[in-house]
Amino acid sequence: MSAYWKTNQRRLAPWLFLAPGMIMFAVYVIIPIFQSMWLSFYDWDGLGAKTWIGTANYVELFDDEAFTKSLKNNVLWLVLFMLAVPIGLFMAIFLNQTVRGIRIYKSLFFFPFVISQVVVGLIFSWFYAPNFGLLYQVIEFFTGTGIAVLADEDYVNYGIIAAGLWPQIAYVMILYLTGLNNVAADQIEAARLDGAKGWKMLWYVIIPQLRPATFIAVVVTVIGALRSFDLVSVMTTGGPYGSSRVLSYYMYEQALSEYGYRMGYGAAIAVVLFAIMMIFISGFIWKMWRDETER
Amino acid sequence: MFPRPIEQTSRSTQIMYKVALPIALFIWLFPLLGVALTSLRPASDLAQGNYFGMPSSIAFENYADVFRNSAIGQYILNSFKLTIPVVIGVVALSTMTGFALGIYKFRGCMAVFFIFVAGNFVPFQILMVPVRDMTVNLGLINTTAGLGLFHIAFQTGFCTLFMRNFIKGLPFELIEAARVEGVSEIKIFWYIVVPLMRPAIAALSVLVFTFIWNEYFWATVLTTSASIQPVTAGLNSLNGQYVAQWQLVSAGSIIAALPPVLMFFLMQKHFIAGLTMGAVK
Repeated sequence: MSAYWKTNQRRLAPWLFLAPGMIMFAVYVIIPIFQSMWLSFYDWDGLGAKTWIGTANYVELFDDEAFTKSLKNNVLWLVLFMLAVPIGLFMAIFLNQTVRGIRIYKSLFFFPFVISQVVVGLIFSWFYAPNFGLLYQVIEFFTGTGIAVLADEDYVNYGIIAAGLWPQIAYVMILYLTGLNNVAADQIEAARLDGAKGWKMLWYVIIPQLRPATFIAVVVTVIGALRSFDLVSVMTTGGPYGSSRVLSYYMYEQALSEYGYRMGYGAAIAVVLFAIMMIFISGFIWKMWRDETER
Repeated sequence: MFPRPIEQTSRSTQIMYKVALPIALFIWLFPLLGVALTSLRPASDLAQGNYFGMPSSIAFENYADVFRNSAIGQYILNSFKLTIPVVIGVVALSTMTGFALGIYKFRGCMAVFFIFVAGNFVPFQILMVPVRDMTVNLGLINTTAGLGLFHIAFQTGFCTLFMRNFIKGLPFELIEAARVEGVSEIKIFWYIVVPLMRPAIAALSVLVFTFIWNEYFWATVLTTSASIQPVTAGLNSLNGQYVAQWQLVSAGSIIAALPPVLMFFLMQKHFIAGLTMGAVK
């Protein structure tokens, strides 16, 4: 036994070290993905027997207005969340100085990211609250009538997305601050000697060097947009009249909340969300794979 | 350095910048300041419509009230009971997986690595029904262990990526030298690699602590009772319970946010190093 180990340990050791992590990850992450896909072809209340219904869950999705609305909201989230990238970049540029106390400023600007989304949701609910909420009062001051953002079907999504952007911008900002710290100084000096400055400098010299930071910023922003569950749950629970539902929240509602225990239907919604996410994931993985194999 | 250092600009630009900084920060943190102020406002102020003016007195009793009249003390304790073992578990597992993927070249090495990376991006909802079902079957529903096991498994994805990239940056000659000396692979891991990984372990611990402390979705799916639920889920039910008592909700929010905020300010360097990994090459 020990002789076998001695001669083969270089071959066995990696699997030995991988085993605990791999088993846990397989049991809790990889296998459940396939179980959900399988479950999406069944009708199941979570307790009784499962009934095979083929693609009926998916067919139902087509005519489900709540589903279409959630899907549309997810697209809105994705598009508007992308604003975090340019805004974060400009905040990083604004803060990339060496004046006294700047380190404290940087940490305080980053602050929203450290707070739980539940707390962020509560903070913004207070900010938007009808009658006494600060935003309500400001709008009332300028236009005469306040807007209860979270109770208005037209504004509710923008209200929640703005709350989500707050920590997301902070995250992107810190990525770009790190990136800006590592921009090659000699290239900037050379470009300055050639007369580049301002926007031209930013576009042709700085942004190309920030590409790794931009990649990570886009990845975390896409994931953040599609994972948007906490804020919807805390701020509106999908309302008013389901107008702020997103797929992640609608799935939870169908499968686990008081609205019913339709596990199969919930699984079908989750599969759709997963498919959307897969488009992005495969893109990210493809790029990372290329970087890894190039070196 | 980009943009041009402010010291090299005109005197008036420098003054403008120094004035703009605190104003921008004030606007940026405005909602938070509002909540902090509300948490210190006596209930009578809110009843009289004094939401934004000077508080008539500083009401620390709001904080005492939240502790007295709600389970927030219990929620905070639950969060610690959940978060600390998860941090230890994740660091242990991912140090090993990161070591295996960073040091050895073997068949399937890249495939295993990318499964960890990709799994880390999936939407939680596709895991929800099977993971909840499994937790019920194991008899672990509504227990700290049931929730913690899931977190350990899921966080291993991101942490493996992190640890593996860190180990790739270590001097490989050290390990080769040890092998020539006949040191076993397990001893190499324990006596050579783990001590070198201290900065990575510190960074990951801070990050995972914050992630788990702030996590909400799984807390609502896998736990239900106030004796088990972490503070994020607890805070949400508190919000339902204290309708229109914003001074108490605000105080509760501030209490719940405090541990990760302290962690961040104490371990800032590690925290940011962990978050921005990969932002530079």
